[in-house]
Amino acid sequence: MEADQLGFDWFVDKAFQVIFFIGGISAIVFIFGIFIFVASEGLDFLLNEFNAAEFFLSQRWMPTSINNPTFGALALLIGTASVTGLAMLVAVPFSLGAAIYIGEFATGKTREVLKVLVELLAVIPSVVWGFIGLSIMNPLIIQLFDVSIGLNVLNAGIILGLMAAPIMTTIAEDAMKAVPDTYREAAEAMGATRWQVIYKVVIPAGKNGLIAAVLLGIGRAFGETMAVLMATGHAINIPTSVFDSVRALTATIAAELGEAPVGSDHYGALFTLGIVLFIITFLINLTADLFIRGARER
Amino acid sequence: MFEATDLNIRQKKIEWLVRVLFLVMAIFLIAPVLTILAVLIHRGGPMISMEFLFGDPLNGMTAGGIFPALAGTIWLVAVALLVSIPVGISCAIYLSEYAPENWLTRMINLAIINLAGVPSIVHALFGVGAFVYFFRFGTSILAASLTLAIMSLPVVIVATLESLQAVPQAFREACWNMGATRWQTIRLVVLPNSTSGILTGTILEISRTAGETAPIMFTGAAMFLPFLPQSVFDQTMALSLHLYTVSTQIPDVPEALPYGVALVLIGLIIGMNALSIGFRMYLRGKKKW
Repeated sequence: MEADQLGFDWFVDKAFQVIFFIGGISAIVFIFGIFIFVASEGLDFLLNEFNAAEFFLSQRWMPTSINNPTFGALALLIGTASVTGLAMLVAVPFSLGAAIYIGEFATGKTREVLKVLVELLAVIPSVVWGFIGLSIMNPLIIQLFDVSIGLNVLNAGIILGLMAAPIMTTIAEDAMKAVPDTYREAAEAMGATRWQVIYKVVIPAGKNGLIAAVLLGIGRAFGETMAVLMATGHAINIPTSVFDSVRALTATIAAELGEAPVGSDHYGALFTLGIVLFIITFLINLTADLFIRGARER
Repeated sequence: MFEATDLNIRQKKIEWLVRVLFLVMAIFLIAPVLTILAVLIHRGGPMISMEFLFGDPLNGMTAGGIFPALAGTIWLVAVALLVSIPVGISCAIYLSEYAPENWLTRMINLAIINLAGVPSIVHALFGVGAFVYFFRFGTSILAASLTLAIMSLPVVIVATLESLQAVPQAFREACWNMGATRWQTIRLVVLPNSTSGILTGTILEISRTAGETAPIMFTGAAMFLPFLPQSVFDQTMALSLHLYTVSTQIPDVPEALPYGVALVLIGLIIGMNALSIGFRMYLRGKKKW
């Protein structure tokens, strides 16, 4: 068999195995590459200019000041947090509600149509959402609430909520689908109504998956760029109400990277914001993954 | 005869109430999208004409057409596909056909999840640091498309993996029993039975990539460049960035113009998605096993 094993087909087979292996580990290479390149561009700033107290506690983000540039990201962090927080207030109940309806109540055609329509939400690009914030939501908010500017936490929060909803709905529905039917049948045999089955059996059994759904939604809203750039008003500000304009971490990079000279402190500071974004989303995704695996292993 | 007790009636009411409540919640998610599409069609529809689709932007982008942006988007997406499709498919083949249950496979899966989860602006920073400066591609279609390709890799991998895993294990075993190697089995049995699923994933990737803005803003897309790119080392306009430009950067743009751009972009993307969904339904009907 020796000659047979070392034949042409054997070599071709091995060659393709190597090619596919390279393809397989490419995902790891890319994610490390992203971290290394973003971190290395920000490293110079991190080592020489970075002042943790200023970065996390000051709201003076003045990277282009000639005499005294300051890099306080507090307002940006709070801006991102406030918009993401409002988005979750909007999206979590509605997405979970929609997931319960699609997964547990709807049947046949209705279910398929609802699923496609929810997926349609995910299809609209970020920049179009931003444009909707500018051109439709902005005048609407000014009119409805009698405020002077409609580009604020409320506007961006609603838009981000709608953007994060499809992923949350889909993952939450998957989580409920993963609960074995025997659980439902056992509860129904005891005389439980559909709602009692959902409330007492399906939700507790699918809890881990539901938590993962919310986490992935947070990750989505948190990292959104174009929509928050266009709909928040992009003003450095610590908001006291939903009608205040704010500025997000992601939007700051998008707005300023074009005019920051390569290698300058400003350039390094923007990459440092990128490192912060990378680490936070990495942690969110890692936690979500652990919850999903926990749900699967049970 | 069975008679409903008060408790039964109360439960029936609660049941009905809950059902309606969740239906209303689902409708609240869906209604805005349909409204948005209606508004875009209503306000942007009148803009759409041959001159708009195939003309150059005029008067500092306040008039004329969007052809350089439309062509640029096609360039960016096409070059991105050339990279992400082969890499994505080989990654999916590795995971489906070769990967053992070990820490490396777990790392690969985690990396895919994170590639999908990293904010688009971080992908943009990576594109600037890696492709524009480190590999010296400059701001070019090549740099922008590579950034887009890496960003959309998870879409290709997940879609391909799904269709590879849908091929019954018995097909592979039958092939191995005939003495075929792993690669022969993949080429002759696994891939032919999943091409259509892979194609669906590809269409889906096109629709994702076409709408991205942040990753191309600093890597290769220009706000105004009224001629077509000649090679992958040129900069280009793009529809998504054009929408950002005309709606935020330029004063005195006629109100309907950005709606027209948004409508073309959304039309392109929804058209691609509809194609992908239709394809999926057609295949489901045709499946033999």
